[in-house]
Amino acid sequence: MSQNEKDIFARREFLKGSAAIAGATAVGTLLPSAMAMAQQGKLKVGLMLPYTGTFAQLGVAITNGFKLAVDERGGKLAGREIEFVTVDDESNPAKAPENVNKLVQRDKVDVVIGTVHSGVVMGMAKVLKESGTLWINPNGGAGAMTGAMCAPNFFRTSFSNWQTTHALGKVLKAKGHKTAVFITWKYAAGEEMMEGFKEGFEKEGGKLVKELYTPFPQVEFQALLTEIASIKPDAVVAFFAGGGAAKFLKDYQAAGLKGKIPLYGSGFLTDGVLDAVGDAGEGVETTLHYADGLDTKKDKAFRLAYAKTFKLQPDVYAVQGYDAGQLLAAGLDAVKGNVADKAGVIKGMEAAKIDSPRGVWTLSKAHNPVQDMYLRKVVGKENKSQGVAWKALADPARGCKA
Amino acid sequence: MDLAFFFIQLLNGLQYGLLLFLVSSGLTLVFGIMGIINLAHGSFYMVGAYLAWSLAGMTGNLATAIAIAIPLTVVLGMGLERLLFRHLYTRDHLYQVLLTYGLILVFEELRSIIWGDDVHGVAVPALLNASIPLTENLSYPVYRLAISGVCLLLAFALYVLIQKTRLGMMIRAGASNRDMVQSLGIDIKLIYTLVFALGVALAAFAGMINAPLSSVTPGMGGHVLIICFVVVVIGGIGSVKGAMAASLMIGLAETFGQVLVPEVAGMIVYVLMAIVLVWRPEGLFGRK
Repeated sequence: MSQNEKDIFARREFLKGSAAIAGATAVGTLLPSAMAMAQQGKLKVGLMLPYTGTFAQLGVAITNGFKLAVDERGGKLAGREIEFVTVDDESNPAKAPENVNKLVQRDKVDVVIGTVHSGVVMGMAKVLKESGTLWINPNGGAGAMTGAMCAPNFFRTSFSNWQTTHALGKVLKAKGHKTAVFITWKYAAGEEMMEGFKEGFEKEGGKLVKELYTPFPQVEFQALLTEIASIKPDAVVAFFAGGGAAKFLKDYQAAGLKGKIPLYGSGFLTDGVLDAVGDAGEGVETTLHYADGLDTKKDKAFRLAYAKTFKLQPDVYAVQGYDAGQLLAAGLDAVKGNVADKAGVIKGMEAAKIDSPRGVWTLSKAHNPVQDMYLRKVVGKENKSQGVAWKALADPARGCKA
Repeated sequence: MDLAFFFIQLLNGLQYGLLLFLVSSGLTLVFGIMGIINLAHGSFYMVGAYLAWSLAGMTGNLATAIAIAIPLTVVLGMGLERLLFRHLYTRDHLYQVLLTYGLILVFEELRSIIWGDDVHGVAVPALLNASIPLTENLSYPVYRLAISGVCLLLAFALYVLIQKTRLGMMIRAGASNRDMVQSLGIDIKLIYTLVFALGVALAAFAGMINAPLSSVTPGMGGHVLIICFVVVVIGGIGSVKGAMAASLMIGLAETFGQVLVPEVAGMIVYVLMAIVLVWRPEGLFGRK
């Protein structure tokens, strides 16, 4: 143990030393040559993503997507080579400040990319707001990041939780459903998705008759399914993800509700679980910013390149990672690779029109994507696109004053 | 809630309670009777579920898969006891916590290497893949009822084994005074190996027959671990009867809690535990 401590200590001392030397050089030389040096050096990209635990695959998909975007630009962004520094955040919110500090303080990265878990995202937000480091979030949909906590250096290339369910109100209305029940886990993401749906549905004159919650991450749904049967709403809207989503879909069918009360959901309900649920998912309709069968040139090219490079089929997470790379490239292009001009990079990213596999999107004032939400329907093992449910949906970014 | 739905919820609660007993039965044995703090209980549950999934995929039949998997888990249990646990009986509980926590990490990593990080599902056996209609839009899966039956059988078998057989007597005696039992000429080492293996097999078996109901996913063991400890603690350490009573109490409390007071549903189990422990610190059926 003490040997270990010594090692860490030695490394820290070494880092401190080299940082001091770097600082001295920067002060001692004229500004232009310092800038030239910065441009020649590698760009440091910190990847803070889950590489172990429940979300490990999501972290890998995002990393792959990001690297594909870099590869497509000849392995460089705005002419600068990339040095990756990775930290496994383990989807552990308690370790989030410590982990992000490793990248910011120890490794002095130019930009942080991360992460999947919303709780970890909020932990990162506190640290990065203070340090002012450029930050691109390729997944975690916590509303506050581009809401009350928003900041000029915060960017997101995925979605806000609110966005993933808001368009469902319109969808349900169009199908003639007047009442609905929302069921989810009792935690921040679930509640934000419930809010997004409620707002959209009530605007259309629908009535959310009951919100049903089960503690996160519990997967015993029998009591709540019985409750749904007794309420008899026109439709059920659900958000669960991963194993919980698979179990919910199966239980919904086993309880005999499938086919009697139509099931809708946030896209995550049916993403990545269709192999596990047999035919229990068939016909379930969801909204999300990506779908199978989009049939655009960009999407086809992306899917082919991804499958070729990684021997894997891409998913929505890979797209989000890929777009994080594209967004960073746009920002760096605007300043010709001089990342020290942070305001310039931010401006470049704000103005970017991202040609994504999901379709073209831009950033809102609060730096969250303004994007088309697709209605998708489970057909076999695919979430087949049924067309756009809401064109250019923007998150309301409540509480964002930046 | 009208009367019909009240009875359906009652059924849900009892059924969930029996499921909890099944899942925690292995822990009742290892922690409750042998006194080993086994945090890896959830990992054995996970191993069972993954074995059921992969073997059912190979053989095309869940029953065959379970028949193959059970001996494997018994061997796993015996191996672990011989190699690791045996050395810790005389040590402080903290060593067991450390060892079994380490095992959680090892099993998660092995699972990731062998089976990957995907979410999987196991099909309900065709024979039991039916539903009984209860109301116009709700029906009850037969498989759930079948599991309840298995739980009751298992509970009865465990009770007889621990309370009524010679082996059970030796186990209980060994738990209260190892040295004395040994000096009476009983091979306590062998008994402990067997009981531990049985505990592992029970946990894995729960994972196996529960696999068609739940999904087979990374981290599934962690979810069941806490509730299993709650069951054993409320029921009273060392009591099969207590574990059964606690399981049913928790099942009913959670079911009705979710329906009647959804805002605090996550707390109900722990409030229940706190109340029971204030009232009877040794648990419902625990020895003083």
